[in-house]
Amino acid sequence: MLGYIGRRILLMIPMIFAISIVSFVIIQLPPGDYLTTVVAQLSAQGDVVDQAQLAALKAQYGLDQPMIVQYWTWISRIVMDGDFGQSFIWNKPVSELLAGKVPLSAMLTISALLVTWVVAFPIGVYSAVRQYSVGDYVATTIGFLGIAIPEFLIALILMWVSLTYFGQSVGGLLSPEYRDSNWNLGKLLDLLGHLWVPILVLGAAGTAGLIRVLRANLLDELHKPYVIAARARGMRERRLTVKYPLRVALIPFFSTVGWILPGLVSGEVIVAQVLSLDTAGPLLLNALKAQDMYLAGSIVLIVSVLTVIGTLISDILLAWLDPRVRLRYR
Amino acid sequence: MTQTLPVGEGPEVQTSVTSTDAGQGAVAVAPQWKLVWWGFKRHRLAMAGMIVIVAIYLGAIFAEFLAPYSSEHYNPDYAYAPPQRLHVLDEGEWGLYVYGYKSEQNPETLALTWTTDESKKVPVQLFAHGEEYKLLGLITTDIHLLGTSGGTKAPPMYLLGADRTGHDLLSRIIHGARISMSIGLVGVAVAFVLGLLLGGISGFFGGIVDTGIQRVVEFFMSIPTLPLWLALAAAVPPGWGPLQRYFAVTVILSMIAWTHLARVVRSRFLSLREEDFVTAAQVDGASQPRIIFRHMLPSFSSYLIASLTLSIPGMILAETSLSFLGLGLQPPVVSWGVLLQEAQNIRAVSTAPWLLLPGVAVVIAVLSLNFLGDGLRDAADPYKH
Repeated sequence: MLGYIGRRILLMIPMIFAISIVSFVIIQLPPGDYLTTVVAQLSAQGDVVDQAQLAALKAQYGLDQPMIVQYWTWISRIVMDGDFGQSFIWNKPVSELLAGKVPLSAMLTISALLVTWVVAFPIGVYSAVRQYSVGDYVATTIGFLGIAIPEFLIALILMWVSLTYFGQSVGGLLSPEYRDSNWNLGKLLDLLGHLWVPILVLGAAGTAGLIRVLRANLLDELHKPYVIAARARGMRERRLTVKYPLRVALIPFFSTVGWILPGLVSGEVIVAQVLSLDTAGPLLLNALKAQDMYLAGSIVLIVSVLTVIGTLISDILLAWLDPRVRLRYR
Repeated sequence: MTQTLPVGEGPEVQTSVTSTDAGQGAVAVAPQWKLVWWGFKRHRLAMAGMIVIVAIYLGAIFAEFLAPYSSEHYNPDYAYAPPQRLHVLDEGEWGLYVYGYKSEQNPETLALTWTTDESKKVPVQLFAHGEEYKLLGLITTDIHLLGTSGGTKAPPMYLLGADRTGHDLLSRIIHGARISMSIGLVGVAVAFVLGLLLGGISGFFGGIVDTGIQRVVEFFMSIPTLPLWLALAAAVPPGWGPLQRYFAVTVILSMIAWTHLARVVRSRFLSLREEDFVTAAQVDGASQPRIIFRHMLPSFSSYLIASLTLSIPGMILAETSLSFLGLGLQPPVVSWGVLLQEAQNIRAVSTAPWLLLPGVAVVIAVLSLNFLGDGLRDAADPYKH
């Protein structure tokens, strides 16, 4: 087990390195660099650009150095000091901005993942055990719809329905009266009251996919000879399903995290924008539209690294659950 | 966001072809494509999907003829005009018409409230004369499938309602199909070349090349794609024209979509390498290219077509999301995602819910493509039992 974990973590290092390269390329993509933007901003405000200040900034960011050195300066600042650079639209350090938003995004994504699991599990099992029943057809249809409807459309329809028929806005994370208050029980309840909408919307697509995976896996397993043998011996149907086939069919719950999690993170960006949630998604969009590249690149970096770490955790859980996985690398 | 399912799910359908499908003995001598077709025909949802998809692509090709108006046609007097009902019977006889509109302006909000004016009948014609266009870019004509009689001077008709500036939503959705559906095809074509090349190399040579390419594929599969797409799309220079932008967005989308295809190609290559008929060809002294193109390629081309079909919906959804967020295609280009930008404002949606209709078009297209792809995948190997 330890050997497997060690191996898996070693494999992650080149992955994170590649992510950092991609994020750096994103920062460098738009024409001009950080200083051109600063100069443009200063001159637009009518300020005279101080040459000495300019040179100091240039040295600080290593902009006169070759690309590799610039990359090194950028990444070592992040790793050593947690300094992600400066956001010019907010005039704040990027790290300060991210500290407020990324935890909320992470919480949203993880809750959506948990909801996906909780919803998909009973439906998937039912769908497989009662194959071709009415319930199975309903679940399969919903599954197909969940995959075909883009998240933002679900969010829009939910908002429209609640605005037209209940006269209530479901956007945002907090009601106006709690927005500036300190944390207390009322604020927490209010937050939970708003949170279920994005979680539900985000979970929809993943749930649909997971139901299909669970159903297919369990169906494969239910027709294996050992199940038939156990049934021939008179074992109860419930016990028969729960004891072995279900355990095997549960494996996709962890192995699919690898593709559900990136999907959830992507979905969070767009759903948060539609529902005007104050998370990393809209921050990224605004940064990209304003070409605030240090902010945008940092969000891509952090979000991707967190996704990879999430996948790592699920892989370790999978190895713990399934001896075939952890023994393959011995 | 876009999700690709692991191969092997979907509704189970018995696909092994038996002699009941055709005359006795016909199965034994039928070529592979015929067996695949017989298997595919049993999959009712897939057949339905195929019909819808063919209809959508035909509609996209003949968009100017099908749509009552061009995508630029607008009339600001009819902002947010609701959908009209097309009446087929006129006092017991056949006759197409719609009722006219009456509008009232709210003195406080200046918003228009629309009611149908049953005293005003606007006659509607099949094959009506309207705006001039070039069919297929060749034939100049002004015939539209449906139009108000009286040509361009007649009061406008909004079968699916109008948007903020009085564009006809029906016409815009039909014209939008052209971009939205073609971006799927072009993007998948680019991804296909990349996937086939890299997946083929990976599966055929194995060893360190394989490991390297697999790591790249894993990298792309394990990071969230939308932030990456957004960042790349934001870097497209704002000065680029619509056509350049279209290709830039397509290339950006396919840069990530190729990984799934590469995986399919590789795994098929790996399993085929062990097959007896490949060994037989090797023993026969067939050259490497001959083995690949003459023996191996035909037996996984049906898998490839199925995977290609299943990658198109992801592309369409991705384009829609990018354009919806304002970082993909930009107006005046009309795609379903661009049309949905209008629906970003929830106030606008609550006054004009029909602004969500382009989303319905997306869902129909994506569902049909999924059914079609699932059917193809199940029928892809007629020899499995």
